[in-house]
Amino acid sequence: MAKLPNQREETIGGYIVHGVPFPLSTDSEALDFLKKMAPLQIEQEYKITYLHSYAQDSPWFAALTNKRLLATQDPESGYSYATPRGHDMFSGMETQWIDITNKPAFIHAFTVCHFGSEEFLPETPFVLALIEFEGVNTLLLTRLMGIDPSQASLNWIGMHVQPRFLRNSKLKPTDVYFVPKETS
Amino acid sequence: MRTVYAISGGVSKFSKARPDKTFQAIVKEAYDYAIQDIFLDFPTFTRLVDGSVASYFSDHFSRQLMAGIMVQDYLGLIPKPGHRVEGGGATGGICLQEAWKAIASGHMDICLAYGFETMSHVETWKGNEFIALASDVSFDYPVGGFYSGYYAMMVTRHMKEFGTTVEQMAAVSVKNHLNAYHNPYAQKRNRYTIEDVRNATMVAWPLTRLDICVMSDGAAVVILASENGIKRLEQAGATITRPLVAVTGIGRGTDAMRMSDRPHVDYGFFMENYATEQEKSSEETRAYYKRLWDHGTRYPGVHSFRAGRTAGNMAYKMAGIFDPLHELDFIELHDAYTSSEIQTYEDLGLCRYGEGGLFAISGKAFMPGIDYGLELQETPICPVNPSGGLIACGHPVGATGLMQGVFAIWQIQGTIAKHFGDKTLQLNNAKLGAIHSHAGTGTYVTVSILERAN
Repeated sequence: MAKLPNQREETIGGYIVHGVPFPLSTDSEALDFLKKMAPLQIEQEYKITYLHSYAQDSPWFAALTNKRLLATQDPESGYSYATPRGHDMFSGMETQWIDITNKPAFIHAFTVCHFGSEEFLPETPFVLALIEFEGVNTLLLTRLMGIDPSQASLNWIGMHVQPRFLRNSKLKPTDVYFVPKETS
Repeated sequence: MRTVYAISGGVSKFSKARPDKTFQAIVKEAYDYAIQDIFLDFPTFTRLVDGSVASYFSDHFSRQLMAGIMVQDYLGLIPKPGHRVEGGGATGGICLQEAWKAIASGHMDICLAYGFETMSHVETWKGNEFIALASDVSFDYPVGGFYSGYYAMMVTRHMKEFGTTVEQMAAVSVKNHLNAYHNPYAQKRNRYTIEDVRNATMVAWPLTRLDICVMSDGAAVVILASENGIKRLEQAGATITRPLVAVTGIGRGTDAMRMSDRPHVDYGFFMENYATEQEKSSEETRAYYKRLWDHGTRYPGVHSFRAGRTAGNMAYKMAGIFDPLHELDFIELHDAYTSSEIQTYEDLGLCRYGEGGLFAISGKAFMPGIDYGLELQETPICPVNPSGGLIACGHPVGATGLMQGVFAIWQIQGTIAKHFGDKTLQLNNAKLGAIHSHAGTGTYVTVSILERAN
């Protein structure tokens, strides 16, 4: 039998109250009584739109719109970053772009998020995974599709996967996601 | 550098929500407690203290920029020097260390470290979103920003790499919740079983709700002083508890914000740069690590916190600690997740990398004299999170590292019974303890050593 929730989820929203209880007179006894008053709580909305620049990382997002997955690489050592960095962390040199779209890729670590931040709650349960690429030194955080979130298993680690790209780009890192590698 | 003493502390009751007081007034609760514990009144201590360091993580939670100065103002500390520090979950630990530096350098004789967070002002899921903004907003946050998810990925790798089990993680939850049963400051004081932990709501596989700390409102303060500062306070009428507690070691490490960027170094580099002195000196341990590397382990990857190892090694070296498991009497460590407590056992050298799961159920990190309802094979050696840790006490981020400091002071003073009204959590003759503060996925980590002064 399915486990049923035993409480309702609380939300912040409430009614507007017209008239707040307060002593009719402000004599000393009434003023002292104010120390026993429960706190008033109000809602304050805070909403903002940022103009976020991908700056030197922009080509990575542009590549996704063209169904290519890029990485960066130190031009001398060849140390490579699946999540791009403009400069190498060891040499400090500016990195160069490389194409890893067709590199063999595997699940390095994963989780199934049954809850999440507010923005992603409607998408739960979803699978987050860190992907390793053959010959690339660092990993890439991504969404994993094509596997059953209710069947999470450590055996998923090491699974051969491949990238897929959104047809209609959102210019976000979720323009690429991974699925189990199709066997030919 | 001068010797720095942690002479007093105070903690507000951590709770889900404190709508009854503003954050300034919550800090004042902790502040008043700390100065009353050295038997000074508010005006006298406020006149004598040289300055302060403020600790809070997120401006988002209170929707208030420069909240630090509002506390400084409320406590009557203006126009004395002060500044705010921020380093995610390690903010409190960083705060304590910055106050330590002010004393050690001779810049101040008496310094107040205060921290707070009021996380109840937004719904839990919005709070999770704020916290997840402490991940790269270009590459990580938009994929599904959720800290429990990040730590869950780390532990799936730890499980795969080392065979760590969910039951071993659950044992940490059982331990810390039951320790907190005796701590009146804790937010969650419950007796759980392994089954309770595993049957709790799944949050991010394999972590359930009882593997994860909760958000809290709360504050904590620590008063640090030099010998001269103690003299000044006592000349003004203070009674400072003996034995004195000195902060004899501090260490701090960092790592890449994006877990994906963390390196996977080879055996030689690990042994040279990251192994503890104890590990380096043991032929058997060197061989153990060689076998791990031969089977494909690399360091730190996403399964270990290199910043924690770096901070621990640095603090141990400064405090002259070689064998932390047997030399430290207790550790208050940052257990935002049961998994991260296990990972941190390894970082802090209580056991070797890969052995954290077995260590968790060995009994070595449990409190003596408490029946946890578990079959533990060994007697306690170095209790970890005797207070209940973050999992049970709660985690009002900016206050947490300082809360650890307060509990450590009381533990070494031998005054737990006085402050808790219950002596269960007082370790017998605790002389040396460590506090460990950790920021998002191991980006900033501090370790500070507190020691009974001669």
